[in-house]
Amino acid sequence: MTDLTKLSLADARRALADKSFTATELTGAYLTAIEAANPSLNAYVAVTGEQALEMAKASDEKLAKGQGGSLEGIPLGIKDLFGTKGVHTQAASHILDGFKPEYESTITSQLWRDGAVMLGKLNMDEFAMGSSNETSFYGPVVSPFRAQGSNANLVPGGSSGGSAAAVAAWLCAGATATDTGGSIRQPAAFTGTVGIKPTYGRCSRWGVVAFASSLDQAGPIARTVEDAALLMTSMSGFDPKDSTSADLAVPDFAAAVERGVKGLTIGVPREYRMDGMPSEIEKLWSQGLEWLVAEGATVKDISLPHTKYALPAYYIVAPAEASSNLARYDGVKYGLRVSGKDITDMYELTRAAGFGREVKRRIMIGTYVLSAGYFDAYYVKAQKVRTLIKKDFEDAFNLGVDAILTPATPSAAFGIGDEALAADPVAMYLNDVFTVTVNMAGLPGIAVPAGKDAKGLPLGLQLIGKPFDEETLFAAARIIERSADTDFSPTPWW
Amino acid sequence: MSVDAATVKRIARLARIRIDESEITSYQGELNAILGFVEQLQEVDVDGVEPMTSVTPMTLRRRDDRISDGGYAERIVSNAPLSEDNFFMVPKVVE
Repeated sequence: MTDLTKLSLADARRALADKSFTATELTGAYLTAIEAANPSLNAYVAVTGEQALEMAKASDEKLAKGQGGSLEGIPLGIKDLFGTKGVHTQAASHILDGFKPEYESTITSQLWRDGAVMLGKLNMDEFAMGSSNETSFYGPVVSPFRAQGSNANLVPGGSSGGSAAAVAAWLCAGATATDTGGSIRQPAAFTGTVGIKPTYGRCSRWGVVAFASSLDQAGPIARTVEDAALLMTSMSGFDPKDSTSADLAVPDFAAAVERGVKGLTIGVPREYRMDGMPSEIEKLWSQGLEWLVAEGATVKDISLPHTKYALPAYYIVAPAEASSNLARYDGVKYGLRVSGKDITDMYELTRAAGFGREVKRRIMIGTYVLSAGYFDAYYVKAQKVRTLIKKDFEDAFNLGVDAILTPATPSAAFGIGDEALAADPVAMYLNDVFTVTVNMAGLPGIAVPAGKDAKGLPLGLQLIGKPFDEETLFAAARIIERSADTDFSPTPWW
Repeated sequence: MSVDAATVKRIARLARIRIDESEITSYQGELNAILGFVEQLQEVDVDGVEPMTSVTPMTLRRRDDRISDGGYAERIVSNAPLSEDNFFMVPKVVE
């Protein structure tokens, strides 16, 4: 029998329906792979083997009767940010030590409703704050990729680094992830996987640990465009428990994948051509455009004049919202408590011990920009700039642009413990320069592998769409995936 | 705008995060690097621009004012570091 973990989610789904193998066998194959790989890759922070096999058994009973949902028997990894009832949910933070929620997030409950099997919880940057998965309390995730001729460990990107690494290394058929400034798309680009951040409001935020509520959006990471579309259909939908959930019908996203790009207009924003952009990124970008044109799309040069202000505005808005959201971790309701001489002492000691350095830094920035006397100069100003960023996109779409093509990241994956990045917080933040505009404007964006750099590491392109038009993104990403016609899987060393 | 050591201490206090004297200088440097980076927003002309309040056009939904959830205090406190009779326990706050 072929290695079951190597099948795409779509192929595994067909094979399960055909009874070529059982959900129990498929789940068993993934659990074996996780056991072998996780000591090296550190992608999972909790493996729920027993529960997975029980869920698989229930799926097998349904499949035997020719029943079952759209993801029946498909083993998934779940980012540690999603509340999963009775199971490790700590946002990869020390401050949530031992937290096992009494509830299930809306998104995961929809995946289980459709028959998916939970393999465990995936590592991430602490509270989703990071671009390298190095801020996790559980230690960094190691990328399954290595540069040619090198044994140096690389980062899988972040914050959904565990999700991206697990998908790329065949440790799950697909994974949930979240994206506040690029946390789905950047790790997907670094690991040769497909990741989509849906339109704000498409997927419920209920039961997902909050980072920056006006920017946070969950989505899938998968090995193919079709797999990502299948997962997204299950994850999407109106939820009365999320006040910003969009009350819209969910399309069958997988049905849009082979729709093609004939007649579409693809925008190319001149402001994304950054000074000092590596030539291989520029080449990749032109190549992507050629592929889309060859399939009948038209290219249009556009301007998004406020692009360069998106990242600075983000580093006001996101920390401000985070400082407010993370006020709830006080040693009283859940997780870690460090005793002190009085209640304030307890709060301060608990938060000092429970949060990592990056999280503390962002809470402090957020506290500062919201404090008396600075609110208008920082927060209100940033929200005004955000209005302008969104208007830039609206203007482009009003010119007849259907989707926008950009690089996903300024470079391929970098090394774990990169000293230049560790010394300068802003240098690390620049990883999100191409992705963060999309969160600021609430738009959907997909990262799709498109090529490799000189060292054989994957590089991704990003497509940005109109609000609630993820279907066009899946269709265009599929053209890039098909035209690239490249095996983006890692060479196992673990 | 940049922050001095006293401001770093004040922010940490407001954020309820204890920081050691020995950490102040490094926090000060990191916070000033970030504040220096966001300084470029000053270049943007925002005259007459409304601050964003919602990224997608939506009005907050309303619902009937009736109890739709609750009645499970023991589940609410089940993750508390310290609880008694379904109350969260904290150090004494009133003398």
